[in-house]
Amino acid sequence: MKAGGASPPLLVRKMRVTLFVPCFMNALYPRAGMSIVTVLERLGHTVNFHEDIFCCGQPAFNAGYWDEARKVAGPVVEKLAADTADAIVIGSGSCGAMLKVFYRDLFANTALAAEAVAVGERTWEFSDFLVTKLGVTDVGARFPAKVTFHDGCHGLRELKVKYQPRKLLEHVQGLELVEMRDAETCCGFGGTFSAKFPAISTAMGEMKCATALETEAEYVVSNDSSCLMQIQGLVDRQRKPLKTLHIAEVLARQ
Amino acid sequence: MEGSTTFAQEFKAQAKRVAADLRHRGLIRTALTKYETARDLQKSAFQDWQGARQAAAERKWEAINHLDEHLEAFASRLEERGTKVHWASTAAQAREIFLEILKEKGARSIIKSKAMTAEEIHLNEALEKAGYSVVESDLGEYIVQLRQEAPYHIVFPAMHLTRGEISALFTEKLGSKPTDNPEELTMIAREVLRDKYITADVGITGANFAVAETGMISITENEGNARLTGALPRTMITLLGIEKIIPRLSDLALFLPMLATAGAGQALTGYNSMYAGPRQPGESDGPEEYHVVLIDNGRTHLLADAEQRDALHCIRCGACLNVCPIYRNVGGHTYGTTYSGPIGSVITPHLRGLQEWKHLSQASSLCGACTETCPVKIDLHHHLLQNRRNAVAKKPVWWEKQAFRLFGYLATRPGLMKRLLPFAGFAQYWFHGLVKGGPLDPARAWTQTRDLPAMPPLSFTDLWQAKKREARRAAEAAK
Amino acid sequence: MNVEKEKIFQRIREGLAMPSPWPGHHGQEHAHPIASAEAVSHWLPLVGGSFEERVGLFASSSEKLRSAFHLLENEAAARAKLAEVAMAEGWTRVAAHGDGTYCGSTHAMVSALGINTLWTDTGYDVREMEKCDAGISECDALVAQTGSVVVTSRSAGGRALSVLPPHHVVLARREQLLADLPDAFALLQRKYAKGYPSFMSFITGPSRTGDIERILVLGAHGPKKLTILCW
Repeated sequence: MKAGGASPPLLVRKMRVTLFVPCFMNALYPRAGMSIVTVLERLGHTVNFHEDIFCCGQPAFNAGYWDEARKVAGPVVEKLAADTADAIVIGSGSCGAMLKVFYRDLFANTALAAEAVAVGERTWEFSDFLVTKLGVTDVGARFPAKVTFHDGCHGLRELKVKYQPRKLLEHVQGLELVEMRDAETCCGFGGTFSAKFPAISTAMGEMKCATALETEAEYVVSNDSSCLMQIQGLVDRQRKPLKTLHIAEVLARQ
Repeated sequence: MEGSTTFAQEFKAQAKRVAADLRHRGLIRTALTKYETARDLQKSAFQDWQGARQAAAERKWEAINHLDEHLEAFASRLEERGTKVHWASTAAQAREIFLEILKEKGARSIIKSKAMTAEEIHLNEALEKAGYSVVESDLGEYIVQLRQEAPYHIVFPAMHLTRGEISALFTEKLGSKPTDNPEELTMIAREVLRDKYITADVGITGANFAVAETGMISITENEGNARLTGALPRTMITLLGIEKIIPRLSDLALFLPMLATAGAGQALTGYNSMYAGPRQPGESDGPEEYHVVLIDNGRTHLLADAEQRDALHCIRCGACLNVCPIYRNVGGHTYGTTYSGPIGSVITPHLRGLQEWKHLSQASSLCGACTETCPVKIDLHHHLLQNRRNAVAKKPVWWEKQAFRLFGYLATRPGLMKRLLPFAGFAQYWFHGLVKGGPLDPARAWTQTRDLPAMPPLSFTDLWQAKKREARRAAEAAK
Repeated sequence: MNVEKEKIFQRIREGLAMPSPWPGHHGQEHAHPIASAEAVSHWLPLVGGSFEERVGLFASSSEKLRSAFHLLENEAAARAKLAEVAMAEGWTRVAAHGDGTYCGSTHAMVSALGINTLWTDTGYDVREMEKCDAGISECDALVAQTGSVVVTSRSAGGRALSVLPPHHVVLARREQLLADLPDAFALLQRKYAKGYPSFMSFITGPSRTGDIERILVLGAHGPKKLTILCW
């Protein structure tokens, strides 16, 4: 075992995990996705990825176009239902919520109803998977920096992810975690909302950035890259030195 | 449709203006932070706030899902003790009923306590048009009445005004001395309204709850103006929506503190009063005549939507407005409706028309703070999603539909996506800088105020495939 | 038969044809009965079991609410206190009622002040009441949990006595102190089930408003001062 390595997961057997990567993470934040792979493999688990499914269907679903959403989400359900992995892991609260909570509604009264529910039950948000399923809080990470955590709304309210990321960050060597005021307040991204109602989205984002900057943290960390895109986009426009990182990227550092 | 673009466009224009108003942002933030502190303190005093929410939700479920039984009991009990109960399907009918009563009583002076339902049916305008003068007695309502504007918030009508603005208003309309002191300003209003209470011959109120078991309405307030409105005038009229029903008197023991906690961060508001009818024999005062006007105005339409029926559980506490990040940034007037905030966004399409008002359901990031805070557990943010779905099912927007179909085409062909993504990166790198933020920029909605991330040269799929190739090579080499 | 009423009920019955989901449980069926009124006490703020705890809670609530609460030894002490308040406030005219549960005592206490008194029992001129410095009434109960005073039009001299004059004084007895809101409503039901008064109210502190910049101001329309004498 390497010096400063991960606490051995004594109670958990080696798992076969299928990683589902949200479309925007695949295109815009691939490093965050690879960090999830790094962390899971470091803990001794096998990670698989399906190159032929790309999007959970949330954009069309949120806009009310459920037929179009089903066209995109259907192949995802079929692929993952046929997948025999021990768990499906998603590094995004909003995408995770889509599978775990909203697929039930989207596929109600359709041929895929039962599979959709079953897939949801096997799906985990990344930090929740580590802490709740694997019982791991120390993944052997080292990241000496002052950091604040933003709670992505879907992860927080649909998936009840609150203490899990904080527990993980607590065990990162050298990391100082400070809480920002109104950590649970929405950053203003909201998917297509950010483009449909840009003025409101921007105002919400500005308030989030202000509370983040107040903490004097170097990094804002979240379990949702979309939130981070919103925050970083505003911070960069304001020419402020704050940086954003997905929690997987922090946990992958050694 | 001409009308629908007007409401949605107006909303967007107002939202843009107010969201950029830093003074407004600061003022609302201060007001709501005070509320949050008080609310959190009060909530933590409960032995089991979550248990109370579930109990309140269940009681409202019982009330609404047996609405006909409870409404019948409510009306019968009231009528048995001398109250005249009126029924109105529409706002127009309700206004007519009021005008008839006022005409019959030869009303000269009307005092009114706060009633959002009266706002909803535009009662004041109708009465004034018929030549009656109506004075709002609630301080916040009195202030916005003087300014001739709608209430800003269902519980705090004048939340958007500073003391300086109120002082200027009083000086202009009442001729009072300017003052910076909230107490002095309140006393000015108290003085003016004193005489109105005593001389009014008709008092109009709303109601927070309607108790079926005992035939009573319950009014929650802090100032005492509703009590005075219901004590002194000879005729008292209460207007309420049919959904205000709760089954038993004892249910108030749960609803009154929850309304106070969620609505204002108080254990109980200053006065919570129950009215069972006109003055009874042996009582020393009270109205000789009591009328209760029950109104539908679209509520049965919402009732019929089993998925969203729980929106009728609303106790009008305003908590969802207070926590909504959209509300905080655009303010109450931007919505252009009687009921603003999340509850307004949910119910207005049912009360006034889905296609014309769907934009309120779209103007949300679906953060869920509203659902989390609602004392009666209305599934607010999911209803916004359902409104979106329903609006599209009836009338999809053509170009949106095509855009999602195109996205669907690409998203189900990851091989094709992989080949196309580099072009997006190329275009961004070489051309975006030229048009960024300007009228030619396709991402203008974002780039006007935010920077876009630079598209990485390799996607996750690329990195994954590279990793697999590496692993295969390593396995080969090891052989 | 009211035509509009029939139409509304028809729409309600049609609307309720489809069942709606039980609250708080996404997709599950309604499995259990509504919890009883007693259960409400288990969710609301905790109230101690003894008189000392309850009166202590009422006193601290009163302080936060800016009500003046005085716990007195006996009626003589209460009479003295009332006289003291009358003197301190400089009352020249008061309103009161002599037809409550403790009518003899109330009548005697108020008369002993020797101040011009408007008695509301058989009706009154509201302009006369408007000239009064204080309204003195009995009550049905005090509620420890919230620091509230429960009054009705039958037991507290009508609807206006406890809200029109700028100072409301409540004459209460120790046995009237109840623990919490469920107890208070239970009392009202026991006491008045045969025929409720037309008006009942839970008074929690003096009149107040936060409508101007959310800053607390007392005496918006109702009484600026609330004094509770309990013995």
